[in-house]
Order: sequence, then structure tokens, then C-alpha cells
Amino acid sequence: MQNADEKQPQPGWQQAVRAGLNAALVPFLAIVTAVIVGGVIIALVGGNPFAAYLGLAQGAFGSARAWSETFVWATPYIFAGLAVALAFKGGLFNIGAEGQLAFGAVATAWVGYALPEVLGIEIPGILHLPLAIGAGILAGALWAAIPGALKAYAGGHEVINTIMMNYIALNITSYLLNGPMKDKNPLNVIARTPEIAEGARLPVIFDGLRVHWGFPLALLVALGVWYLLWKTTLGFEIRTVGANPDAARYAGINFRRILIVTMALSGLLAGMAGAVEVTGLNYRHELGFSIGYGFDAIAIALLGKTHPFGVVLASILFAGMRNGATRMQFLTQIPVDIISVIQSLILLFVAADAIIRYLYRIKAKEERLVLTRGWRG
Amino acid sequence: MSEKPIVLEARGITKRFPGVLANDHVDFDLRQGEVHALLGENGAGKSTLMNILYGLYTADSGEILVNGKPLTLNSPRDAIEHGIGMVHQHFMLIPVFTVTENIMLGAETDHRPHKSEAPLVKLDRKQVSQIVRDFSHQYGLDVDPDAIVGDLPVGVQQRVEIVKALYRKANILILDEPTAVLTPQEAEELFRIIRELTTRGVSVIFISHKLKEVLSIADRITVMRAGRVVGATTPAESDEHQLAAMMVGREVILSVEKEPAQPKEDVLVVENLRVRDVRDLEAVRGVSFTVRAGEILGIAGVQGNGQTELAEALTGLRRIESGSVKLAGRDLTNCPPRLFTETGLAHIPEDRQRHGLVLGYTIADNMVLCDYYRPPFSARGVLQTQALDEHARKLIQNFDVRTPSPYVAAGKLSGGNQQKVIVARELSRPSVRLVIANQPTRGLDVGSIEYIHKEIVLMRDQGVAVLLISAELDEIMSLSDRIAVMYHGQIVTTVEAHAVTREQLGLWMAGAKPEQTATSV
Repeated sequence: MQNADEKQPQPGWQQAVRAGLNAALVPFLAIVTAVIVGGVIIALVGGNPFAAYLGLAQGAFGSARAWSETFVWATPYIFAGLAVALAFKGGLFNIGAEGQLAFGAVATAWVGYALPEVLGIEIPGILHLPLAIGAGILAGALWAAIPGALKAYAGGHEVINTIMMNYIALNITSYLLNGPMKDKNPLNVIARTPEIAEGARLPVIFDGLRVHWGFPLALLVALGVWYLLWKTTLGFEIRTVGANPDAARYAGINFRRILIVTMALSGLLAGMAGAVEVTGLNYRHELGFSIGYGFDAIAIALLGKTHPFGVVLASILFAGMRNGATRMQFLTQIPVDIISVIQSLILLFVAADAIIRYLYRIKAKEERLVLTRGWRG
Repeated sequence: MSEKPIVLEARGITKRFPGVLANDHVDFDLRQGEVHALLGENGAGKSTLMNILYGLYTADSGEILVNGKPLTLNSPRDAIEHGIGMVHQHFMLIPVFTVTENIMLGAETDHRPHKSEAPLVKLDRKQVSQIVRDFSHQYGLDVDPDAIVGDLPVGVQQRVEIVKALYRKANILILDEPTAVLTPQEAEELFRIIRELTTRGVSVIFISHKLKEVLSIADRITVMRAGRVVGATTPAESDEHQLAAMMVGREVILSVEKEPAQPKEDVLVVENLRVRDVRDLEAVRGVSFTVRAGEILGIAGVQGNGQTELAEALTGLRRIESGSVKLAGRDLTNCPPRLFTETGLAHIPEDRQRHGLVLGYTIADNMVLCDYYRPPFSARGVLQTQALDEHARKLIQNFDVRTPSPYVAAGKLSGGNQQKVIVARELSRPSVRLVIANQPTRGLDVGSIEYIHKEIVLMRDQGVAVLLISAELDEIMSLSDRIAVMYHGQIVTTVEAHAVTREQLGLWMAGAKPEQTATSV
């Protein structure tokens, strides 16, 4: 029996790294396995898996331009993935990132193109950009707080309610982009807003490459989410409610408040995904630009083991695959759709991790992720 | 008895878990028709050994013989096939199914003369229900085959588990801490059933850490400590003190040593409290009492007589229908839990894993579960890791929590150590005025019980009011200064602890009306 007075240091960065590597083991092996199975599928349809993967890697990370594009893809993934991961930590399954993201984009776009007109003044860039992004995250936060409140006070399950809120958000967005917010340029036939003012744009990092300051911002926000969850009392409350709601009540934590705050924070991050896409990349909101980010985010949060740093890695991986797929198809004529197959396989192996544990004989049991509780949980 | 053949034998069983040698060359045998008790503290390796005998774990080395034949058990199914049945501490029953359905479960076709290979067969409830009735009659089990399991009292549910094992033709029964969830009366009933079973040739392994019951039921006793068998004896050759010393490895003081109470001002004043339970039925029906500084008021009662709801209402976890709760002069009726703790409540909850701990959190985090937001643990909303670390180390040392580090997940600790974490956290909080301890030692070993009792008495001597709720009559009798008996949601009577006998309390707990002249206080 070891004794308590045996002096052991506080868990330092070495332990943290070891724990991180441990947590990354299953996702990493899932990726390896999915790539192997994907290779077999490519071979079965008559392709050369090695050439295909080479093309994929070149397209994703083979040049400065490739890296830039991968980071461009990764940016909204990181924000939205963080949104879903944070909700998971609080015991909530936020399927509504898609809708929160859309409202975030709409709000940001409106502040970006219409606010100067409405106020009748030129807003200086130093103010306009934060205002635009602020409007986006506020919209996302408020939109997500509604299902949070419904759960806290009316017992409505957040899975159902966030799905419904997605329909509402996407249809309202569609109405706005086809109607009141539509780009009035006579040449425009697309459901999209006018371009936002120069002052409301996030600048690119390097001339000639599309990667913009939204990417470093995303990394910073990931760090912030980690700090919030593990270093602050609010994070302690969120994780406690997520890990054991009964103990949270016993500990005097205002359970309902935390439910709403968790959803609002999650929506804030999803809204930020929309806001940064508008201010950093598209300079407007266009119907259909974001289709699927909110859902990919669930996959990314799972692959990243709902840890902020895991989310960043998973986002860059998924972004690289999306980005490299085009070059793969160009070089080897293997359709880009194979990438979706591989991505799905990765998730399948991460979710059903018993397969991976069996294949690679991994014994140690780690904490199981509880996705969602009962309907009244 | 020793003439009877050996039906089950374990030889040199060794089982290693990461960092722990759970079983170290353990030898154990069971003769036909005997009750062989396996005694030991939590974490001594009893459950590991039984799980190996039941096929849930495989031993690293050693062999198992059933009726003298060596065999390997790879799953409970193998064990069942060789006539080994197990009743777990936590029942494996489906509450919404009837007794018959639960008994058929997993063995739906076994009773058929020609086992059908068909994937779907009609469930023959009638026949199984008749078999249940026969068993019930034969062994005096008194189980209604058509009752819904969830509606049955715990003691009867346990009998359903026994019938389930018998239905699977078990002639070796492993009972894992069978009395942990039973009232004294139910335990007596269980002992009668065990004796009935053994006279009919069933052999029983009885796992326990309770000395009294081991002495009263066992034919032979084997004591385990730290993964090893440290001794074997019989009730005739042994007594409580000797067993306790073997189990713990040192002399143990079985009774609590305490001076007479010096009660002072009223701390907790409860008036005419009414509370509903989860099913919206009135569980606490007009309860009034007072706990004074420097005394322990024990609430005795068979489980399910409103104690759980009472404790929840007194800690802000359950809504109060009517009546009032005053703590240290402050009306806290229907106030949130945090207001209670901030007014000076320390709460050792009934269910340590559900309310008391976050199992995935480290010990350090669990040590501040209720105080994480207060200095020195938090400054401007940021957790102070250094303060958390020092706090955890101090409490681990002061309360003798056995762990290699404060950064072990609470879920990895043994039950006794988990409870020590809770007790340490609650009793060390600054300016505690009232301790509500609900089943503070349930399921714990002698060493931990002794320790926690000492801490509770220490709190009392420092002028803290203590409300002790326990289903263990021994615990109530040895700790309390005054005893209130709860029956059917009401306090039947309140008496001075020294002026009452165990038998008298037992009668009141069972619903007997106290005489008008009783020494009510």
C-alpha cells in the first residue's frame, strides 16, 4: 500500500502530455485503420491507393498554398468543433451548431454592410470588426441559450430542441437572404447579402494566400476554452454538471443557470464560426456556404475526444482531407467522395472504439464518454 | 461437518491488477452443505476471489476445482453450468419485469425437456411460475411469482435472486455482502433461508465484513487481508475482537468511546415538516425536532420510512411542502443547497457515488466540491491549483485516505476511502454548525467505521450539532445522545440513548406505539 505522505508533485506538463498521448491513442489508431480500409476500397474501385494518398497529402500540405487552404477550411471547423465539445463537457449534446452558426453569420454580415448606413456614419475599422464579430457571437449565444432554457425550465431535451432550432434558423436565414438582406445589385441572382465594409474584414496573414487572422484567433480561442474549462470556477461548474448532475446540485451549483450558460457559450463559439467566415473569407453571407459545418463539428468534437486541443488537431486533419481531395481527384481520377467514406470510417472507429481496442489489443480502459442522458436527464 | 466432500476448491489463486496484487496465492475450499464465510475489509480481495470463482475474471495463476475436477471458468455461463450461482451486492434484476420474467431471463428455454434450436420460442411463463412457487414453498422463501420486482421490498428482491440461482440448478451459492441492504429483521429472515438451503445440501459462500453475522451464520470462517488469506477459524473458536484484529491487522475498539454530551443552544429546529417523495407521495408527515450544539441526535428507522426525504429537505435538495427548517437561527425553508452550506451545514450524503462525489474527478477536485468558489480555492473566478493541492494533501493525511496521490480519480478508490474523502471534505469545512450524516458508514469496513465514528464524536465535542441518520441500529445506539425513531414518515418517539434497549427500538421501528409513559424527551 502506497502512502499519502510519499511526496508526489502536482501533475505537471509531463503528466499532461502523457495523458494527452494516451487519449490520442484510439483516435490515432482509428485514423490509421480508416486509411488502410480506405486504401482497400480505392484499390477495389481500380485506383492506386498510394498515388491517391500521395495526391491527398500534396493537396493538403504539399505547398504554402496547400497549407493556407487547409487552415482556411480548418478555421470554422475549430470554432464549431469547440462549440460542440464544450457542450459535451457540460453534459449537453448541441446538434444546433449549424443554426447558431447561420445566425452568427447573418448578424455579422448585417453589422458589416448595413450598420454604417443605418447609423449614417463611417465606422472606423478598429471598432467595426469587433462589432461585427461581437454581433455574430451574440446571435449564436442567444439562439443556443433558448434550448438551454427550455431544458432547464421545461424539461425539453436539447437534442430535439436544437434540431428544431436548426430548421427555424435555416429557414429564417433563407428568407432574409432572399428578401430583406438580399444583395440589391441588379446583376445578383443569388441569395446572398451585399459585401461587408472594408473596415469589418479580418485581414489575410500573407499577401496572396487566403489564410486570414481567423485561424490564429481560432487557436487562441481553443486555448481560452481549455483555460475556461479546467482553470476557472465556471469551468468547474460546467464540468461538474456534465459529469454528475446530482453531485452538482449537492455541491450547491445552480444547475439551471449552468445549463443555460453552457448552451450560450457553445452557441457563442458556433456563432463565432459564422462570424469569422463572413469577416475573414467570404465578406458576405451566402445561402448554403456553411452547409454541414455544424454537423461536421460533431464529428470533429468526437474525434478530438471533446478536448479543445484534440478539436484543433481533428479540425486540421478534416480540413486537410477536404482540401487535398480535389488534387487527389485531379491526379488519380479517384472521386473526392472517397474522402467522405474515410472520414466516416474514422468516426465509426472512434465511436465504436471496442473495434480499435480489439484490433490493437489495447487493454487500459479510459473514461467513457457519455453522449447524452435520458430524455428528462 | 468436515466429513462432507469438498464441492469447490481454489488453489493458489493469484490475480494482479495494474499496481495491485488483489489475490496472492489464495487457497479456499467449500464443503457440501456448509456456510463458509469469507471475512475481510473492503479491498482485501474477497470480491476478486469470488469474481474469479464466478468466471468474471480469470486468475493469473492457480486452479479451480469443482467436485474435485479442475476446470477453467471463462464466463459466468461456465460457472452456472457447473452449479455455481452468485447473488451480487447490487441486484441484477429488471424492476419492471415480474418475478417470473426475471427468473426466466437468460435461461428462457432451459426448462424445456428438448432444448429447442429455434431462435424464437414461446415464453412458458406458467411453467416457470409454478417452479418459482415450488422453490418458494420448499425453501420457505415466500416469493410471489407474479409480483413486479420493482414493487418488492429489498429483502424479497434478494430472495428473487436466490430463486434465480436455484432455478439455474445452482448447488453452490455465493452471497456477496447480502445483509448490506437489509433491515435486522430481513437479515434474520435471510439467515433462516440460508440454514434451510444448507440442510438441503446447498453450499454457501457468505462474504461479509460484519463480525456479528459471520459468527452467527458461518460454519467456518476464512479471513482475508491485503489479498492474502490471513487465517481460518470457526465461530466456536473465535470472537468479535479476535476476528476484527485478524481482519484489520491490529486491535480494534469496537464500541465508541465518548463522554456524556454537553448540549448547548438549539442549532437545527425543524417544525411540522411535510415533504413528498419522487412518486409525489407524502414521505415526511409532520416531523418536528431540535438538534442542539454539542449533541448527536440519531434517527433510527427501517429504510424507506422517510429518512431519505427528510435529509434531502434539511439540506435544500428537496422541496418542502409545509413546515419550516431553521439553521443557526436562520429560516432556510426551501432555500437552495448553497445557502445551507454557507450557514454552516456539513452534509455526508446517503449515496456517496451519486451525490457525494464526482467519480471522474481527482481527489483534489472532490475535496473542494462544495467550496471551489471560495477563497483560498478561487480568486476572481480562477481556480487556485496550489491551494487545491495543499488542501487535498492536508486532508488526505489528516483523514488517512489511502491513495498514492491527490490526483487519482475518486472512482478508483475503495468504498471506504471514497467515504473518507467525503467525510474529510465535510468535517473540515470552516465554521460548521451542523453535521447531517446519512448512513455515514454504509458498506464500510471495521477500520473505516471506527475512524468515521471517532471523527463524528470529535465534531460533537467541539460544539457542533450532529444529526445522524442510519439504518444500522448498532451505529445509532453507540453514537447517539438522543434517539428519535422514525416510522411511516413520522417521529414515533424521542428518547435518551442510555434509557432504551435495542429490542425496544426495534419494536418502535416496526411500528409499535410507544406507551404514554415512555421516557419521551
